[in-house]
Amino acid sequence: MSLPSQLRRISENIWELPVTYREGMRVPARIIASESLLAGMEAGVFDQAANVACLPGIIDYSWCMPDGHWGYGFPIGGVAAMDLDSGVISPGGIGFDINCGMRLVLTTLTEAEVRPRIRELVDELFFAIPTGVGCKGFVRCSRGKFRRVIENGSGWCLENGLALPEDLELTEEGGCFEGADADACSEKAIERGFDQIGTLGSGNHYCEIQVARPENIFDQATARAFGITIPNQVLIMFHCGSRGFGHQVATDYLQSFLKVMTVKYGIKLHDRELACAPFRSPEGQAYFAAMKCAANMGFANRQVILHRIREVFSRVFHRSPGDLGMGMVYDVAHNTAKLEMHSINGVQRQLLVHRKGATRSLGPGMSGLPECYGETGQPVIIGGSMETGSYLLAGMAGSAATFCTTAHGSGRTMSRHQARKMVQGRKLLGEMEQRGIHVRTASFGGLAEEAGLAYKDIDVVARATEEAGLSRRVVKLVPIGNIKG
Amino acid sequence: MPFRFVDEITSADVAFEAWGETREEMFASCAAALLNTMVNAPERVQRQRRIEIRLEYEELDLLLFSFLQELIFHKDADQLLLHADSVWIEEKREGGFRLTVIAGGECFDAGRHQPLVDVKAVTLHCFQVGLVDNVWKAVVVLDV
Repeated sequence: MSLPSQLRRISENIWELPVTYREGMRVPARIIASESLLAGMEAGVFDQAANVACLPGIIDYSWCMPDGHWGYGFPIGGVAAMDLDSGVISPGGIGFDINCGMRLVLTTLTEAEVRPRIRELVDELFFAIPTGVGCKGFVRCSRGKFRRVIENGSGWCLENGLALPEDLELTEEGGCFEGADADACSEKAIERGFDQIGTLGSGNHYCEIQVARPENIFDQATARAFGITIPNQVLIMFHCGSRGFGHQVATDYLQSFLKVMTVKYGIKLHDRELACAPFRSPEGQAYFAAMKCAANMGFANRQVILHRIREVFSRVFHRSPGDLGMGMVYDVAHNTAKLEMHSINGVQRQLLVHRKGATRSLGPGMSGLPECYGETGQPVIIGGSMETGSYLLAGMAGSAATFCTTAHGSGRTMSRHQARKMVQGRKLLGEMEQRGIHVRTASFGGLAEEAGLAYKDIDVVARATEEAGLSRRVVKLVPIGNIKG
Repeated sequence: MPFRFVDEITSADVAFEAWGETREEMFASCAAALLNTMVNAPERVQRQRRIEIRLEYEELDLLLFSFLQELIFHKDADQLLLHADSVWIEEKREGGFRLTVIAGGECFDAGRHQPLVDVKAVTLHCFQVGLVDNVWKAVVVLDV
């Protein structure tokens, strides 16, 4: 693919499209990538990053992270911070799966202890965590109770014996977005999602049993601070979001913004998927309050899944979760908009930061960090393909340039349909088994779509975030068991 | 049903083109493509339940958007997989469109249906509805 002719190199890993690239751009678009990652990006990434740069009130740059790929509205990996008075809020800058995110959990087990039980563990996890099309969770929840879940997030789980206090401390925003208002959510959204708490979903959502091998540890001291202290220690990583509830909230407000964006607020855009409303408008504030509810569903969903994982490990190993050392490393969101303080030209300002397929990455000493990570920086969890492994990184001071943001995954290079044409799900399952990765899936077709060959090289993405000063590699985690929706 | 999945306009999600001699046929083709995104061999989805979907919209394309969204809603809220059996589109005298669909289907059954992927939403990315060479055509990208 040929790169846009106006693209210029700012530094080793930063590339810029100037405002002259497209009519209406208010700020330049900046893409963080190595040369090889940049060469692999679709033309749509540059178009979409430029479209984001046209949004009213955008500050500094429209950013795209190294795992950036062609999405809808924003590119996946897109980051934009808005001025609160002149700026907008856009569901297309957050994604339909509001607060899709990653959670990483420790154990004190080693690979040698888990390997002999891997089939049993994966099978039990597969039954304990519903996956795939239209599934229901084990939490029996009325519509009324669900309204409390979405206003309190992980706090509701704590009240109901599904969380430990330290789980909340190790979750972004303490597992609850303040100011969530269930009245801002449609009955339809509640109807769609109230019985899905504790479900994984499908697509690229997964729950994986992973190993931290000594040769994959980049920084021993930080790994230790993150709880990785034993050679070949086993961890559990999972990826999911706010399920049908969040998807409906996003859809409802996309439709509502389309009605008012141009007629009422005079905003014209290149792409309807970027439909937005002024942040200070009644529509903008209503979406913000509803989006927070969806974010809280995302936290509650991951918290309930953690509870189920603890039960499964406890049952299989006949030991309590505490005895198995099943504390969290961290839970981090990658589809949100949040009010945050950032330094712009030396002045601290409160901005609305949209992150779509991008992870917050606080450097050492930054406010918002749990006390235990004050010196290391925030744990950043970057999920790779199910075949190749994932990364645990630590936020760096340099992330201040990107509104404290880094990559979120490895990023696709191939369409799902293409992957399904090239890979047979059942065959892939057998091949992974031979390589020591035991998989259970709700869908062989879905499994084929997630084959490693459909993704960028996670090692290259993780290194690019480090070289750009956003997040540094601590441990690469390799899978030994996986459940997929 | 005339539809095909396309690779050129998205990598992370699912895109399809669907056609029909009439607007109604094109809507039914889109519903078939959606069902075929969620499950393999959609003909195995039996018509054990019938529901009626009524929607109104000023614009034809957003009418299609809302219709597909409605099918996705029923997949989560009722675990219902649906075929669009009868589709009527009226142009309202005051402008805009009125859609009535009779949809037949059944609850998802992991034993009989082969799930492919759980669809989250219809996006407006590259979304198009129009008459091309006297054939109604839609381009749709689903978030999965």
